[in-house]
Amino acid sequence: MTLASLQRGRKYVIEDVNSADPDVQRLMVLGLVEGAEVELASAAIGGDPLEFRMFGNAISLRREQAQHFAVSPAEQGE
Amino acid sequence: MSKESVTRIAADQIPVRRRSSARIAVVGNPNSGKSTLFNRLTGMRQKTGNYPGVTVEKHVGVARVGDTEIGLIDLPGMFALSAHSLEERIAVDVILGRLADVERPVGILAVVDATHLYQGLYLVQQLLGLDLPVMVALTMTDAAIAKGIRIDAHALQKRLGGVAVCPIVATTGQGLDALRSELQTLSESPRHSLPNFWDELSAASESLAGELPATVPRFEVERALIDVDSDLANDVAASLGPNGRARLEELREELFGAEPPLAKEARHRYSWVREVMGDVQTAVPTVSGLGSRFAHFLNQPIPGTIGLFVVMAIVFQAVFAWATPLMDAIDDSTTLIGGFIATNLPDGALSSFITDGVIAGVGSVIVFLPQILILFLFIIVLEDSGYLARAAYLMDRTMRSAGLSGQSIIPMISSFACAVPGIMATRVIPNRRDRIATILAAPFMTCSARLPVYALLIAAFVPNDNVGFLNLQGIVLFGLYMLGIVAGLMTALMLRKTALQGPKPTFALMLPEFRRPNFQTVMVQLLGRAKIFLKRAGTVIFAVAVVVWALAYFPRSAEIQDSLSQQQSMAANRLSGDELEIALAQFENDAAALQLEQSFLGRAGKVIEPVFRPLGWDWKISSAVIASFPAREVVVAVLGTVYAVGDEADEATLSERLKMARHADGSPVFTLPMVIGLLIFYACCLQCAATIAVIKRETNSWRWPIFAWVYMTGLGYLGALLAYQWGQTL
Repeated sequence: MTLASLQRGRKYVIEDVNSADPDVQRLMVLGLVEGAEVELASAAIGGDPLEFRMFGNAISLRREQAQHFAVSPAEQGE
Repeated sequence: MSKESVTRIAADQIPVRRRSSARIAVVGNPNSGKSTLFNRLTGMRQKTGNYPGVTVEKHVGVARVGDTEIGLIDLPGMFALSAHSLEERIAVDVILGRLADVERPVGILAVVDATHLYQGLYLVQQLLGLDLPVMVALTMTDAAIAKGIRIDAHALQKRLGGVAVCPIVATTGQGLDALRSELQTLSESPRHSLPNFWDELSAASESLAGELPATVPRFEVERALIDVDSDLANDVAASLGPNGRARLEELREELFGAEPPLAKEARHRYSWVREVMGDVQTAVPTVSGLGSRFAHFLNQPIPGTIGLFVVMAIVFQAVFAWATPLMDAIDDSTTLIGGFIATNLPDGALSSFITDGVIAGVGSVIVFLPQILILFLFIIVLEDSGYLARAAYLMDRTMRSAGLSGQSIIPMISSFACAVPGIMATRVIPNRRDRIATILAAPFMTCSARLPVYALLIAAFVPNDNVGFLNLQGIVLFGLYMLGIVAGLMTALMLRKTALQGPKPTFALMLPEFRRPNFQTVMVQLLGRAKIFLKRAGTVIFAVAVVVWALAYFPRSAEIQDSLSQQQSMAANRLSGDELEIALAQFENDAAALQLEQSFLGRAGKVIEPVFRPLGWDWKISSAVIASFPAREVVVAVLGTVYAVGDEADEATLSERLKMARHADGSPVFTLPMVIGLLIFYACCLQCAATIAVIKRETNSWRWPIFAWVYMTGLGYLGALLAYQWGQTL
């Protein structure tokens, strides 16, 4: 699954980033890298763009870009 | 900010009192509380200028610690050394000492927001590799506690290789004394360096730097290897000789393989950051306050979008409702002063110059200062509170239908105050085509300079009636704002489909949290805007008013004066009392109107009148429109002067004079269709030299400003023509 299909209220960890795209590299510089813990905070009207929280930061991106990030649910209790 | 708002100062003109202490750079993420801290440390001892050759603002100041004065430079906010926008590039170039005219700082005060340690520490780690002494100011520690984060400053200091870490609360000043004394010794403290993030890269950079002149240090080579295609990489390649580019490429291949260097750096550094965070940060219980619950509510898509429209509605409502008493006061006092001078000075050129030229001209523009300041106050507060970024997020989808992204919304909302800072705000848009489309859409937004024109014409000619519970004048004003927005978006869409075709824009934005705007920051910006406005009224608008007055006053025809005195003496023989008074005033008005018609302005106006006759404009309006090409609010001043010169009633307000204006056949000039047409013309046309100059500067060509001017003026003419001609048939 990717960042574009998160459920609200659950935590996920980024597993793999498709880093060929320069726009994606920019997002990696902002902290969206493997090992980062992310949460879906909200979606704008129509479900796009999405807003994510990671370590206290809020970042918004479109679904299209969110698909470059593969995630898996974080272990419970973390 | 436009050029006129700033004074250029040289980098080393900050006076030093006791010890000569070179400059320390204040560096941090956007919204990290960097500028608040800078203001706290320097107080009033600061100056704003521009970096050479660009319109990025440069803030320098002096912090006083005991009897030492320390020069500080507040750099634009940045996330990383791999610069993305012009502002970031300037910040990086200052830190690396690559900017001509700006000496390399001798130390770095890194500002890290305790609630955003993740991105803050990423930057700090990069800064620690630059061979400069670094200290860390940990801001918003109070907000961190409220959010359930406690940070162990000692542990952090240890993890950062011993650099000073000073927890502070910039708003209350807590922790500032300790920070000041660390600042005092910073330039002499050792150049901390971390066990580097990647040994092989450091080793490779070190050996490559050995081949280069000493002016290219190791850390520059390192950045050149990571930031492919940056100016720095090109410079390093050039200093390596003819096949420098190939050598860098070879080395990258060897070090990074197929992985993009930037991705590799981000992966490495963030894994270190997470490790450090695990060591220094502990969770404490939180209470979710009203503020955070409110913020949470506004984050929901539908409440958020409705909230955005409510906020904008309140802004425009306030601009009118709150400003009215202040505007009336200014209006009354200028009328009073004009009347006083007119009665106490002998009739003639001097009296006319002061009352009709200076007071009627400049005064009619000054009246709008309260409105403009209220508008700017709202825009500055919205920006400083982090709300504009949220608006960008909420509006992304809408903007996409115009071929733009949410990032274009910030420049557009800023343009409601003034298109000049609005166009400068487009720098955050990375793609050139998106950026130019936004630049050309921005001047359509109803700026504060259009407000005087709208306010004058609407108040005078749109009935103050209610339709249901809505005010008709309010509806017309709202319609004009909508017209600007729609015209701007259609223009962007049209350009994206033709001259600016390209891939769909992407959208990625950090959303700052809502926070209470800093009073000092808001006031400094607001006073700056007031100064620009008054300076413009005192220079450009004053000059135009004087020139227009002279053109409207000279030459004086002796014939008309003679026949006036004849009529007056004849009337004095026949009439008496009130009847005489009325007749005398009537003769004077007729004579003044005749004088105006044969003045230079009158003659010139008649030459161009045919161009504007299809719009229902008389020669007075035509010449006022022409005279206002440098700045649209000038039209109000010119109308003020033209109608004052042609009118002897000194106590009348401009809107009363406009209502009395008649064509030669006695029909009113300002009919509703004509006024609506004139409003549409002002909604569209690009009558603003400052905007044209900023478009030229930001697009780096004359092509776009010329296109914008021709296109917008043509659109305005067409709109006014349709409104008038269609209105006539009703």
